[in-house]
Amino acid sequence: MSGTAELHTLTGAYALHALAPDERAEFERHLEQCPACEREVRELTATTTRLGLAVSVTPPPELRDLVLRRIATERQEPPRVAREARGAGGGGARGRALSRFALAACLAAAAAFGGIAVWQHQEAEDARAGASESRRASEALAAVLAAPDAQIRTGGLTEGATGTVVVSRTRDKAAFIASGLPKPPGGKVYQLWFDDGGTMRDAGLIPSSAPTAPVLMAGSVGAASGLGITVEPAGGSARPTSDPVALMDLPA
Amino acid sequence: MKQAVHIGGPAPAGPDLQELLGQVARGDQEAFAQVYDLVCGPVLGLVRSVLRDPAQSEEVTQEVLLEVWRSAPRFQASRGSGMTWVLTLAHRRAVDRVRSAQAASDREQRAARLNRTPAFDEVTEQVESRLEREQVRRCVRTLTELQRQSVTLAYYQGLAYREVAELLSVPLGTVKTRLRDGLIRLRDCLGVSA
Repeated sequence: MSGTAELHTLTGAYALHALAPDERAEFERHLEQCPACEREVRELTATTTRLGLAVSVTPPPELRDLVLRRIATERQEPPRVAREARGAGGGGARGRALSRFALAACLAAAAAFGGIAVWQHQEAEDARAGASESRRASEALAAVLAAPDAQIRTGGLTEGATGTVVVSRTRDKAAFIASGLPKPPGGKVYQLWFDDGGTMRDAGLIPSSAPTAPVLMAGSVGAASGLGITVEPAGGSARPTSDPVALMDLPA
Repeated sequence: MKQAVHIGGPAPAGPDLQELLGQVARGDQEAFAQVYDLVCGPVLGLVRSVLRDPAQSEEVTQEVLLEVWRSAPRFQASRGSGMTWVLTLAHRRAVDRVRSAQAASDREQRAARLNRTPAFDEVTEQVESRLEREQVRRCVRTLTELQRQSVTLAYYQGLAYREVAELLSVPLGTVKTRLRDGLIRLRDCLGVSA
């Protein structure tokens, strides 16, 4: 796909969810810079709503009870804005609060498919059936970043990259965000480890497609005092098979 | 032809959907029951139009309604109406379901889709739904044949534009354009503003 004019003609296909995922991502990047397209997308999406209303049916009565029962035990997502506001407050711990604000912003960007969030379709993205798992992971990640007892430590990694680890002891979870980390060599992945007094415990992989996106570390923090990163064959290893490219202490 | 035909869209009694979604965002289950009453018929109708299978359609409808509950705190009225938000979620989910099921499938069966008409004829006792349906049907008739087929295949059957192009044996660029100018014509005919 090439020029802007051509991208502009995709407003209809976008509003109808008729684009392939890669085209949708490209178009969403374009939308951010094209207010006219964005307006047209809104109008055309509102138009599809009318098409939807025209095929309305009468639902079976038992569906109502079923759904109302299910929502009663279903947790709601926090509003996006409130989460950032929480992070930005708190004078005393200002340095930390600002870092968390930055992390929240980073997370919000990473949570959207293709890295770019545009408008209401972002919510639609959240609804993608296949995405529910990653959404749950994002929520868990957000919960760590926003935890009242979240502690942050930043340290140097390999080749000028830096790593930031966020630990919530009450939640017993940790999140890791790398900055400037190069993509791993072909066929390899970065694997995270909790350091239990010299014994490395698997804490999951850093997605090679997005090595600088925030990751929720797998498993509980427990008594771990540090973390390590190694380069492992694709899929990861049960134990480290190479020397760590980085070791960091966890915040106390 | 550009003149809008207003016969009053769906006019829900009581508090409007936006307001209710605001209450749902604060965890109000009674407000959610009212949201359910406003949106469930359109959601199920749309999902069923894409998926056809009644059991799957109900399942996806439940998922959509749970999603509405869960993500109501993230609904932003400034970005579109509540109904648009809900039906966008519904369409998205139905399309994802149909595309994943389709992955390994059925080129021949797709030819049968051409003869499938949107379920405009399902019975509903709600007067405003009948009016809405009548208005949409009238506006759909103002489209060219290619616009009508492209838009209905994409929306009511959840086809990707590449599939639409293949099915109708027209170039990709043509389908993109028809999806856009078809929707623009519908927008003008229905008097939609956003």
